[in-house]
Amino acid sequence: MAAATQDMVVRTGAVTRTLIYVVLLLFALFYLLPLVVMLVNSVKPLAEITGGNMIAFPDVWTLEPWRKAWSEAQVGVQATGLKPYFWNSIKMVVPAVTISTILGALNGYVLTKWRFRGDTVLFGLMLFACFIPFQIVLIPMARVLGIFGLAGTTWGLVVVHVVYGIGFTTLYYRNYYAAFPSELVRAAQIDGASFFQIFWRILLPSSGPITVVSIIWQFTNIWNDFLFGASFADFSSQPMTVALNNLVQSSTGVKEYNVHFAGAILAALPTLLVYIVAGRYFVRGLMAGSVKG
Amino acid sequence: MAFLEIRNATKSYGSVEVLHDIDIAIEEGEFLVLVGPSGCGKSTLLNMIAGLEEITSGEIRIKDIVMNNVHPSKRNIAMVFQSYALYPNMTVAQNITFGLEMHGIPKPKREKALHEVAALLQIEGLLDRKPGQLSGGQRQRVAMGRALVRNPDVFLFDEPLSNLDAKLRVDMRTEIKKLHQNLGTTIVYVTHDQIEALTLSTRIAVMNNGHVQQLGTSQEIYDRPANLFVATFMGSPAMNLIPVTLAADGGKLLARTAADSPTVSLALPDLMRPALEKFIDQSVILGVRPEALTDVDGADQRAPHLERFSSLVLLSEPAGSDTYVTTRIGGVECTARMRADARVTAQASTDFVINMDRVVFFDPATEVRIA
Repeated sequence: MAAATQDMVVRTGAVTRTLIYVVLLLFALFYLLPLVVMLVNSVKPLAEITGGNMIAFPDVWTLEPWRKAWSEAQVGVQATGLKPYFWNSIKMVVPAVTISTILGALNGYVLTKWRFRGDTVLFGLMLFACFIPFQIVLIPMARVLGIFGLAGTTWGLVVVHVVYGIGFTTLYYRNYYAAFPSELVRAAQIDGASFFQIFWRILLPSSGPITVVSIIWQFTNIWNDFLFGASFADFSSQPMTVALNNLVQSSTGVKEYNVHFAGAILAALPTLLVYIVAGRYFVRGLMAGSVKG
Repeated sequence: MAFLEIRNATKSYGSVEVLHDIDIAIEEGEFLVLVGPSGCGKSTLLNMIAGLEEITSGEIRIKDIVMNNVHPSKRNIAMVFQSYALYPNMTVAQNITFGLEMHGIPKPKREKALHEVAALLQIEGLLDRKPGQLSGGQRQRVAMGRALVRNPDVFLFDEPLSNLDAKLRVDMRTEIKKLHQNLGTTIVYVTHDQIEALTLSTRIAVMNNGHVQQLGTSQEIYDRPANLFVATFMGSPAMNLIPVTLAADGGKLLARTAADSPTVSLALPDLMRPALEKFIDQSVILGVRPEALTDVDGADQRAPHLERFSSLVLLSEPAGSDTYVTTRIGGVECTARMRADARVTAQASTDFVINMDRVVFFDPATEVRIA
């Protein structure tokens, strides 16, 4: 396999090759620039930034802005830093991702292995849910959350994100299970396994790649969501993204840019972490079924 | 009361009927092979016995209990699938005992059954492996182990050998036959391979277009095919079908080919006369297996009715044990099976012999065998 791909590489001269790498390197540097600026300024005393020194490395290195962003900055009424909001986000993301992934897997299982009249129409409708813009559902959703008494709570946000995520997770699992041999399900039926036993014992153990895709996708989307968090949460349940906005947008006092940079990185860290840990499975999962072998 | 009984079973998808009034009954310990070209409904019928497909009308009974609305797991059947359908995430041992576990059989008993089956199929060394680490033949064994361990009333095999290479297929075929002989289990086996059907079965149901064309033993099917479809589908090379006209010549009945010059004229055994009487002076189709059409020395010398004629050899194909010779009789190309050392040359005339006791006749209008 390796030998075959080696042979298929287009042969280029040394000059062209150097040129390609130089251009690629420049692109990479350019792409990384914002991150570098953020990192550099997050470890710089505020005086150095306001002194007009944005790009250069700090004269004095300090982790103070990070500590401040995490536990001291004025975000809400109290000077709590981003810490409580970070936990709010975690408390929202973990159940939302878990529930939407499990429901998506069940939907995919039923839509491919327990076909019923109108299943394609139902799947089409679920697929349609992926294309509904967030803004359209804001007011109806607010009403529904009000009726259920979930307005302003973390669980309210979980419900919103689960409902919005099911379309995507169903799509993933349905397409994945469509390629899963139905004979296995039939064999399990003859073996006497029940509906859920077939799901837990046969399908789910083989769903690693697509589960990673679903988790990454859902985690990133829900963690990064701002609109629902800003609309449906109150002070006790605001997620990280809303808190970061409040931190950066606050109109009173001195703008502490170094703290803002540190806060922004803190807000982005969990998604980065998920990508680093599971990223290679992500690509693998997206490609699953496209090529045999 | 038969052991497995299929009574007037039909299957429809919407308004399309794919199986029409299937009637098959087999006794305990029989090996029934459902054979036919793809799309003939044989796998659908098997799935209906398994309970994976609903029965539109009619009924299926096992041990005289109607199975129509019984869940697959409650029918006491086991199935071996074409793709083996081994659970990829489980070890061989788990694969084999999964069904027992689902039926709530306690662990010590499961272990005992597992080791009995593993010993029988010689897969003891593989029990801790995953299906992905097995070869095709080993997977096949595990799939059979999974079926055997349940000790079911009926085994269902859905083209179990079609994913194996030619050599392994023959080996596994022999093993399945041995297994059936040793255990005396009742088996329903689906295949499109007529050799498998002939070698394995105690009885064969030849199917086409959702109808059972003929139900009988290998020999019945081979020697006395019910119609032209069975005659051509079973046997390799296929039965030669020669258009002839029947003529009465004194006390003898003759079959004459029309298109040849000179005409080949074959005297029929007197035994056939009653059946063919009303077809005298009409065109019929004469069917002869390649081994009943041979060279002069290769013919069965004890056969009482040998007819000799000469014809032009078009092609000679030595196949090691036999030589297949193609010639033209009655305007159609026929294959004769001769001895390996038969001396024939292409484009030269040679003498052929037909064993008339092994000849069958079909009515060209209805395609049904008449003698």
